[in-house]
Amino acid sequence: MNIFVLMKRTFDTEEKIVIQNGKVNEEGAEFIINPYDEYAIEEAIQVRDKLGGEITVVTVGNEDAEKELRTALAMGCDKAVLINIEDDVEESDQYTTAKIIAEYLKDKNADLILAGNVAIDGGSGQVGPRVAEMLGISYVTTITKLDIDGGKATIVRDVEGDEEVIEVSLPLLVTAQQGLNEPRYPSLPGIMKAKKKPLDELELDDLDLEEEDVAAKTKTVEIFLPPKKEAGKILQGDIADQVKELVTLLRTEAKVI
Amino acid sequence: MNFELTKEQQMIKDMVREFAEKEIAPNAAKWDEEAYFPVEVFKKMGELGLLGIPFPEQYGGSGGDTISYAIAVEEIGRACGGTGLSYAAAVSLGASPIYYFGTEEQKQKWLVPMAKGETLGAFGLTEPNAGSDAGGTRTRAVLDGDEYVINGEKCWITNAGHARQVIVTAVTGKDERGKNIISAIIVPTNAPGFTIRCNYDKMGVRASNTCELVLENVRVPKENVLGDPTKGFKQFLYTLDGGRISIAALAVGIAQAAFEKALQYAKERVQFGQSISKFQAIQFKLADMAMEIELARNMVYKAAWLKDKGKPFTKEASFAKLFASEAGFRACNQAIQIHGGYGYMKEYGVERHLRDMKLMEIGEGTSEVQRLVIARQLGC
Ligand SMILES: Cc1cc2nc3c(=O)[nH]c(=O)nc-3n(C[C@H](O)[C@H](O)[C@H](O)COP(=O)(O)OP(=O)(O)OC[C@H]3O[C@@H](n4cnc5c(N)ncnc54)[C@H](O)[C@@H]3O)c2cc1C
Repeated sequence: MNIFVLMKRTFDTEEKIVIQNGKVNEEGAEFIINPYDEYAIEEAIQVRDKLGGEITVVTVGNEDAEKELRTALAMGCDKAVLINIEDDVEESDQYTTAKIIAEYLKDKNADLILAGNVAIDGGSGQVGPRVAEMLGISYVTTITKLDIDGGKATIVRDVEGDEEVIEVSLPLLVTAQQGLNEPRYPSLPGIMKAKKKPLDELELDDLDLEEEDVAAKTKTVEIFLPPKKEAGKILQGDIADQVKELVTLLRTEAKVI
Repeated sequence: MNFELTKEQQMIKDMVREFAEKEIAPNAAKWDEEAYFPVEVFKKMGELGLLGIPFPEQYGGSGGDTISYAIAVEEIGRACGGTGLSYAAAVSLGASPIYYFGTEEQKQKWLVPMAKGETLGAFGLTEPNAGSDAGGTRTRAVLDGDEYVINGEKCWITNAGHARQVIVTAVTGKDERGKNIISAIIVPTNAPGFTIRCNYDKMGVRASNTCELVLENVRVPKENVLGDPTKGFKQFLYTLDGGRISIAALAVGIAQAAFEKALQYAKERVQFGQSISKFQAIQFKLADMAMEIELARNMVYKAAWLKDKGKPFTKEASFAKLFASEAGFRACNQAIQIHGGYGYMKEYGVERHLRDMKLMEIGEGTSEVQRLVIARQLGC
């Protein structure tokens, strides 16, 4: 099995987000492996341990992502690739990332590519499917179970709380949903071994890409925090009046009906 | 000079913190209440390689350094002081002496399973009548053919109830000047005549297992004596030097937990129309806590670094242990003060930190003994 995992370094959204000069302030924020990508990494390790093969974990980002790549190696991935775009790309979006990854993967003969269902920062859930489209391979999103037998995968997919069972042939890209597995902690021996595992760094040049080829297709117009939660309103009087008042308020004040 | 953790050290910190927040912290109050030793957590820590951090791979360890080990102790202690104490004792007191002084055979037999986390070990030095004056040991071991016959009593021995073996110090003879020769002997806990009782009702570190040992004509093979039979006294002094780094790290972890709770509470609690963190009196407390914790942590790292570099670290280990435990006690006390009446209630989980912290000023050498050690290092 030739397995690839697409991994993103994200800031921990459990932290308080501060916006400064129209940008999310990353100073002092904690960075982590995108939690959905952790499921992808864990699943890749389980597939490899069962069927053999090799796992390469890939990220598009800057030097700082080396820590998250090393963590993936410590969990059990075999190789890591950092595609460093810091010096080449100013504005990037999901298209940029997908294009770069697809370009990297196109001659790698991947049997299985795993990604997270969404990244908890941007939350678009686009990179995985876009990469599969560009590579011209099948993809299944939000999976909660994966069984591979020969060239065929049987997958359980989460569809808004319901389950869908899908059979699909390899090569294949899947995106991991919560519930797929319980990601392991990197063990101490794993951490010590990680420093000896290969971590390659590539730039756009190495992929024969120019900045124009990966130019963002979208533009961020404004970034703002959700409005502060206001104190609730408690209605009074008998129930019939309360219902009437509620409907009126929903119409005139909240304007939701 | 470089104050940055290495990537491995940072990864270990992240991993242990996540592990401790998920598997230890949510249960800490319950374990404290029930004086429950979390065996299952030690099993998981063993599988992750945490019990073998400072030992090389050839002995089943993870090949990490003392700094990494201190980081792990801090993070586990931040979640639960009792679990932190048992963890620190398992590595520093149970396993380390065999790594430092054991023969190759002893390392294979006793150290390897401990470093892999399959077994736990304990270190029995203290006796009812020999505490700070550990040289006053009354336990005796007499050679009878190929066996030592051991008689005596030990008290407050951490982890003994879950240990495969205890390293017991005992008098084995007298030197030419008539002074007692102390040896350290590896005693399997299932040896006939070896009674272990673990029913102390402790003030703090209640998740830690603490036991009384009674040895009545316990027989062990001669080869169970740890390394050089005449060096028992020196061996335990060196062992305690290393152990002090871990107690200091544990104090930092407990203090850090108390500080974080106090800071958060101070921001949320409103009195006189504003959050109490706006009062200078509260700010000064928080500033002192943050500063002293960071100073203590730096001293822990320095002592650990000296040890890793193979340099003398006795004085620095005592600096770290003394300062971290006393500053940590101040921090835990102020954390309760900042919480006011709520801090006095178990529900808020800050009073436990103070109870746990008190042991840091007593175990592995009291504060008074640390000052003696430092003064001796100064040439007094
Ligand atoms: C929870 C717990 C776990 C423990 N775990 C272990 C363990 O795993 N293994 C082990 O061997 N021991 C263990 N101990 C024992 C611990 O190390 C001793 O309690 C400690 O060394 C102090 O000895 P002591 O209690 O006999 O006090 P004492 O030595 O009787 O001291 C009483 C007081 O006198 C002071 N004092 C003593 N001598 C001097 C002096 N020369 N100058 C000035 N002041 C002095 C002390 O500082 C202290 O304040 C543990 C203790 C506890 C409470």
